[in-house]
Amino acid sequence: MGVKVAKTANEAFAEGMRQINPDVVAAYPITPATEIVQIFSQFVADGLVKTEFVQVESEHSAMSACIGASAAGARAMTGTSSQGLAFMWEMLYIASGLRLPIIMAVVNRALSSPINIHCDHSDTFGARDSGWIQIYSENVQETYDNLIQGVRIAEHPEVRLPCMIMTDGFILSHCLETMEMLTDEEVRDFVGEPPERENLIKSAIEQKPITIGALDLPDYYFEHKRQQVEGMKNALKVIPEIGKEFGDKFGRYYGFVENYKLEDADIGIVVIGSTAGTGKEVVDNLRKKGIKAGLLKIRVLRPLPVEEIKNSLKNLKVVGIMDRVEGMNTFCGPLYSEISASLYDLDKKPILTNFIYGLGGRDVKIEDINIIFDDLLKILEKGKKEFTLKYIGVRE
Amino acid sequence: MPSLRELAKRQSRFVSGHRLCAGCGAAIVMRHVLLAIDKPVIASCSTGCVEVASSIFPYSSWKIPWIHSAFENSAATISGIEAAYNVFKREGKIDKEIVFVGFGGDGGTHDIGFQALSGAAERGHNILYVCYNNQAYMNTGVQRSGATPKYSHTTTSPVGKVVPGKIQWQKNLVDIMVAHNIPYAATSIPGRWNDLVSKVEKAVKINGFKYIEILSPCRLGWPHEPELTMEISRVAVETCIWPLYEVVEGKYRLTYKPKEKKPVSEWFKLQGRFRHLLLPQNSSLLEEIQKEVDRRWEELLKKSES
Repeated sequence: MGVKVAKTANEAFAEGMRQINPDVVAAYPITPATEIVQIFSQFVADGLVKTEFVQVESEHSAMSACIGASAAGARAMTGTSSQGLAFMWEMLYIASGLRLPIIMAVVNRALSSPINIHCDHSDTFGARDSGWIQIYSENVQETYDNLIQGVRIAEHPEVRLPCMIMTDGFILSHCLETMEMLTDEEVRDFVGEPPERENLIKSAIEQKPITIGALDLPDYYFEHKRQQVEGMKNALKVIPEIGKEFGDKFGRYYGFVENYKLEDADIGIVVIGSTAGTGKEVVDNLRKKGIKAGLLKIRVLRPLPVEEIKNSLKNLKVVGIMDRVEGMNTFCGPLYSEISASLYDLDKKPILTNFIYGLGGRDVKIEDINIIFDDLLKILEKGKKEFTLKYIGVRE
Repeated sequence: MPSLRELAKRQSRFVSGHRLCAGCGAAIVMRHVLLAIDKPVIASCSTGCVEVASSIFPYSSWKIPWIHSAFENSAATISGIEAAYNVFKREGKIDKEIVFVGFGGDGGTHDIGFQALSGAAERGHNILYVCYNNQAYMNTGVQRSGATPKYSHTTTSPVGKVVPGKIQWQKNLVDIMVAHNIPYAATSIPGRWNDLVSKVEKAVKINGFKYIEILSPCRLGWPHEPELTMEISRVAVETCIWPLYEVVEGKYRLTYKPKEKKPVSEWFKLQGRFRHLLLPQNSSLLEEIQKEVDRRWEELLKKSES
């Protein structure tokens, strides 16, 4: 069994990568994800991994080299944040379109401009339609566990899609927490050898030519994109299977979402990432006062677990959706769009309202979430909402 | 080096059925480069004429494992493939020797792909990078690139009433690659098969990053008569506009010296993009080009002699 250790999420990512022991890592430094590759470089220098580490000159090349390596049959990984992810944008779509199971550790950070190095979810929310599986983490333990499960999910023959694992910049990436680290053998056995795929090196050795990345004109493009959706649909089946297998082996079970005190709740919030921890504290305080409050944590944003979201929220009366990202549509944040669309077909649905918070690392405290629940209680009393979107913690 | 007869017997690894133009220099370049390599090859290719014309799903002209991912990242993509090969070899999963080739046009190499190219060269991957240089963005319809020659007409550097085509000189990317301290860099043309084949053969035997830049006449963009492709590439050499040389471990060597250096107008008159340079009122522009070509040739001669 594993041991209890104190790690930051960056260290947990790096240790997880060491234990996964990928064939190729191609990465470029960026705050706050830099430490991941920095620590991993030392593992390479000390001969603790077999990995060929390609110290590329940009994130664009990091993803390009991962694409080359993965297309050559390698298990390929990288890590980045914010501008680095933005610089990879073009290649994100190519990685998923080519059905390459690349794993990326992402430390969420706000996008410029203004330049800011602290946490929000604008970077990966922008990439939510790029065809990557997206798994978010509440704490250091989940960061580590999600990374290890991500390998299996991405490489599953019925999925074959790249997967990004998120953790919150600085809040988790640089914060020491107690976590249980599995043994190297446990991780090695869990991830196993990657299932065989057609690839460039196999093709060269067997002298059976393959062409990867062909030009699709209007007579084929649509079918190939449609097939890609099947991979994402299959991920809906595979993600809970892997989560259960992980739980059976190591005692920590994972699904698409975490329902916190939602069974009998009248009001609740929907959150992603580390804010879930603060939110649970607020829910506990409210419960002590006899208020039926709950929390829904979204772990997997892509594929979107619509059925789980419906089941979790269908009996609530008022739900506040917390977006740590601004969608600039002047109406609501992107998570609100996803949740409200998921619930639209329910005959009886909760009143929804949206709170945008924490942009550029603005701290979200218990008091901030208290304000949100106060609003939800007011809506519950009146039976209607007076606003759809409210900003929390901003001076205006 | 194999004889032409022997080469002709080798199975072509870039085969017909592609949709490149009649007389396209790049098709000849692809075929020759791959013919010259007598080992399994994996190639990456940047977005461009060759890529779009050779891989229209469900067809492919590539009888090798081949990948296209984007425009600016052929060098980065092939770096990742080589990295995968290295770890598999180190782990004893494979033992076969494989040659890694990155292809790109001048846009994908001199301009948008330059960063990835420079990074791959600096890291010293065991790769041969081949730039087929047709001196403009031909795939999108003849726009100027960093490799477009001075005073050339393109659709974004058109000859007009006050501007005589592209007003800047092209960059010398071979020299820039030499400055990366790579073990091998060279120029070539499709019109001298033995030069091209021997350079590719030599390059793939060298460990490290190799760069070959091949002038690739474009009948649509330059434009010229399709039957003149080979000839026009040779005239570029005879006028010293496109000297044939190689740089081994930083040491320059001319691989062909014209017996009699022809005036640059001999090259210009075969192509529409330079038509204006031959008009009497533009004689000073023609002189300027001649002077600069002479200067660069002398400089190259000096480098090659030392």
